[in-house]
Amino acid sequence: MDLIQSIEREQIKREIPDFGPGDTVKAWLKVIEGGKERLQAYEGVCIKRGNAGLKECFTLRKISGGVGVERTLLVHSPRLERVEVIRRGEVRRARLFYLRGRVGKKARVKEKRYIPTATKA
Amino acid sequence: MKAILGKKIGMTQIYDEQGRIVPVTVIEAGPCVVVQKRTRATDGYEAIQVGYGNVRPKLVNKPRAGHFKKFGVPNRRHLREFRLQDASQYEVGHEIKVDIFEAGQKVDIVGTSKGKGFQGGMKRHNFGGGPSSHGSMSHRVPASSGSTDAARVFPGTLKPGHMGHARVTTQGLTVVRIDAERNLILVKGSVPGPNQGLVTVRTSVKKR
Repeated sequence: MDLIQSIEREQIKREIPDFGPGDTVKAWLKVIEGGKERLQAYEGVCIKRGNAGLKECFTLRKISGGVGVERTLLVHSPRLERVEVIRRGEVRRARLFYLRGRVGKKARVKEKRYIPTATKA
Repeated sequence: MKAILGKKIGMTQIYDEQGRIVPVTVIEAGPCVVVQKRTRATDGYEAIQVGYGNVRPKLVNKPRAGHFKKFGVPNRRHLREFRLQDASQYEVGHEIKVDIFEAGQKVDIVGTSKGKGFQGGMKRHNFGGGPSSHGSMSHRVPASSGSTDAARVFPGTLKPGHMGHARVTTQGLTVVRIDAERNLILVKGSVPGPNQGLVTVRTSVKKR
């Protein structure tokens, strides 16, 4: 019986959509403002998935007002209300840090045409 | 003062009500049993002697087994004394469980630090060391240990030597969560000693 693991497992969220690097993702965050709680959306390209278990995270990059913005969010945080996958991207690597050095048309990610569903043999 | 013996399990993170991540140390504490009472009349001070941890009969030597038998308490691995102002609320055989503490409370934690072996002055006493280049050959040496006038080294002068494996108290840690079912205390921050090490959790001396 591993106590540390059981404590971490209690806090892990159940329903998270399957997404990875290259996908455009909308994250709904709980924001407390003036004593009230509301939801705020943050949409961007997932450039990395990191860690595992309770500490699992992902980084979303977007261009906001001409400035590149990156936010790293914890998958199992109670502040993260839900995650929507907007668009699947076709990429060849796990870390899309090359997007940081690019602007405009070059900073796009090709859309995945074919989504392999039910690939279980 | 309230105190309990426990075992450091390890560190992890948990989310608080605001969704913030809190670093915590998990301590499996108790149930402890009161083995003996020290009283002002017989011993000159008030304290309770507390046992913790299951143990195979083979590992308990005869004098200690006799001590447990005398007070009619099952064998325990560890024995410690907690000095109290007033021990009248405790009786021999009483169990002490984690529910003596509650979330939000401040505690002190006593443990035995990890042994570091023989260490130099820089690691052991935070000495500055010498220059690393420009012809310097005194990189990590402890420099001068006193004046030539005294012709001796004064007692207490900081020197290289054995580091760690000493009693260390971390004061004023916050209890984040109590799990009475699994006998767990979750404390914010780090705690002295290795995982599986014996620790004492007691109410904080300085902070309330």
